[in-house]
Amino acid sequence: MIEARGLSKRFQDKKRGEIRAVDNVSFTCQPGKIYGLLGANGAGKTTTLRMLATILEPTDGTATICGHDVVEQPEKVRANVGFLSTATALYRRLTAQEFVEYFGRLNGLDEATLKKRVDDIFNRLDMNGFRDRRCDKLSTGMMQKTSIARTLVHDPPVMIFDEPTNGLDIMTARTITSFIRECRNNGKTVIFSTHIMSEVEKLCDTIGIIQSGKLLAEGTLAQLRDQHREQDLEEIFIKVVTPHYTAAEAN
Amino acid sequence: MSLRNVGIVYRKELTEALRDRRTLISTIIVPLFLFPVLSVGFGALAVSLVGKAKEEVPKVMLRGGNDSPAVVEGLKKLDKIQIVPDTADWKDQIINKEIRAAVEIPAGFQSDVAEQKSDTVKVYNYEGEMKSEFATEKVETYMKEYRDRVVKDRLAAKNLPETVLRPFEVTRENVAPPEKVSGAAFGGIIGYMVILLCMTGAMYPAMDLTAGEKERGTMETILSSPISRMHLVLGKFFLILTAALSTAALSVLSMGLSFNVLGHYTGQAGKGGSEAAALVLKLGPKTVLSVFLMALPVAVLFSAVLMTIALFAKTYKEAQSYLTPMTFVVIIPAIAAMLPGVELTPKLSLIPILNVSLLCKELVAGTYHWNYIAIIFASTSVYAAAALFIAIKMFQRESVLFRS
Repeated sequence: MIEARGLSKRFQDKKRGEIRAVDNVSFTCQPGKIYGLLGANGAGKTTTLRMLATILEPTDGTATICGHDVVEQPEKVRANVGFLSTATALYRRLTAQEFVEYFGRLNGLDEATLKKRVDDIFNRLDMNGFRDRRCDKLSTGMMQKTSIARTLVHDPPVMIFDEPTNGLDIMTARTITSFIRECRNNGKTVIFSTHIMSEVEKLCDTIGIIQSGKLLAEGTLAQLRDQHREQDLEEIFIKVVTPHYTAAEAN
Repeated sequence: MSLRNVGIVYRKELTEALRDRRTLISTIIVPLFLFPVLSVGFGALAVSLVGKAKEEVPKVMLRGGNDSPAVVEGLKKLDKIQIVPDTADWKDQIINKEIRAAVEIPAGFQSDVAEQKSDTVKVYNYEGEMKSEFATEKVETYMKEYRDRVVKDRLAAKNLPETVLRPFEVTRENVAPPEKVSGAAFGGIIGYMVILLCMTGAMYPAMDLTAGEKERGTMETILSSPISRMHLVLGKFFLILTAALSTAALSVLSMGLSFNVLGHYTGQAGKGGSEAAALVLKLGPKTVLSVFLMALPVAVLFSAVLMTIALFAKTYKEAQSYLTPMTFVVIIPAIAAMLPGVELTPKLSLIPILNVSLLCKELVAGTYHWNYIAIIFASTSVYAAAALFIAIKMFQRESVLFRS
């Protein structure tokens, strides 16, 4: 389970002064559910997810993941999290298997468990054809599968996906979306960020709309449709975001 | 602290480094071949160039001497030089290397000598130009021998012994063993080379494991794993240190081998006898080991400093532009140690790099100042530990890791 409470992140910028990348964001993600963080570029999605993954430290507020505080116990949090984004690249000079094994070891798996887990994942994701191939020789689809294998190797209860399909072709993107569904079906807590409406509609149990670092609306798709009297998610999004977007642009 | 985690990171970085051509070149190929090329290659080239210059029969212009046929005949009979007639542009010809020197015999020289009047024979040359110096040397030798003969004849005419003009001799004799003589001559450059190679060995991995990782997008991947940042930085640091030490070890080893080969070669060649043998550096296993041990804290210092600086960069290219000036920071004290007369003092033994360069000079000459060795080892270790501490701190700063 993920619980964010007043999560905030401020940066200092030489030209623009203080920037509130994430401003007092609170939400809860339940096991076996997918929480979708929907926002435009620069809305604060990546920063929020990076704070949950303890890659960045919150300036104010905090979050707990499986009961572990992101500020107090970052290493325990990361042991319970699988983090995937288009920015999480592979080590080019390692083979797909070495890469996955490396992260398994960093997650504290012993060699026997690691071997079993790697064999299992490679079979499940149909990766045996390229397990000994170096990552710099893999196709985009193979790379994505290898990244997925990395996030799964320690079987974490929480999965964080930061715009995981960004820039991918339709077939590779499909591999990712099916994987996200599979995670939910396996009872994992899933949060993922995107700006693609169709993905949110297809996948998410709960949707949070974020703009200028603020969580502006939250609910199931049905609830959002009810609240904003619109059927189309894109229209709902525009209705929610526009006043803040214009204010932010004006600033 | 979990050594297991540090070991996991180290093993992975080592695997990647061994598969990277650029790392292999800077860590193994360069130190292994640089010394043989520099010592044997350049040594042989220098010997052959000097030999060729000495073999050349230089053209020497004779100015004047019409009334001194004996001296002129003597000069012309010298098979080591070719006498050419006087022309007005003799200076230009020397400068343009058409002739190597000019000798000017003053008017009435021979009769002046006979009448015991003093004269000056001038030899004009191109100072610093090797072939001109050789030609000058040949003319001077002939003229000095001629003068000695005149003196001898005059003394004989007056029934005086030669000791009248030379009541005693002054000679010099070296008491330092050959390895110390060669150590004093080459010690500075050995320290310089080892320090420089230690740095170049650390430089590429330092950039690759920090800025390179940011550029390739793997920094976020590794930061999302449960490993602590301290373990991560230590694993990376040990790999950079391994590269620096491998470079230093291979360079010292290759240096020892190539000088021994060179020593063997010159010993067999026999030319120049003991003089040549003394000038060849003799490096025993003890010297090689002690130079390597002193390189150890320097390697730690370089690894930590280079890693910290490279971590600030967003890309490999940016890291290169930060680290290239560092080469000068290292070269300047290393060169300063080579300057004649610069020797270890308590103050200098606290200046990083300079201290180790100076100490290497002593070690290569076979001198072991244990108090200085202790101070230098301790002070460099302190600097290295401080640099490593800063590197760990930098790895915990978001503004450094995610600089945009």
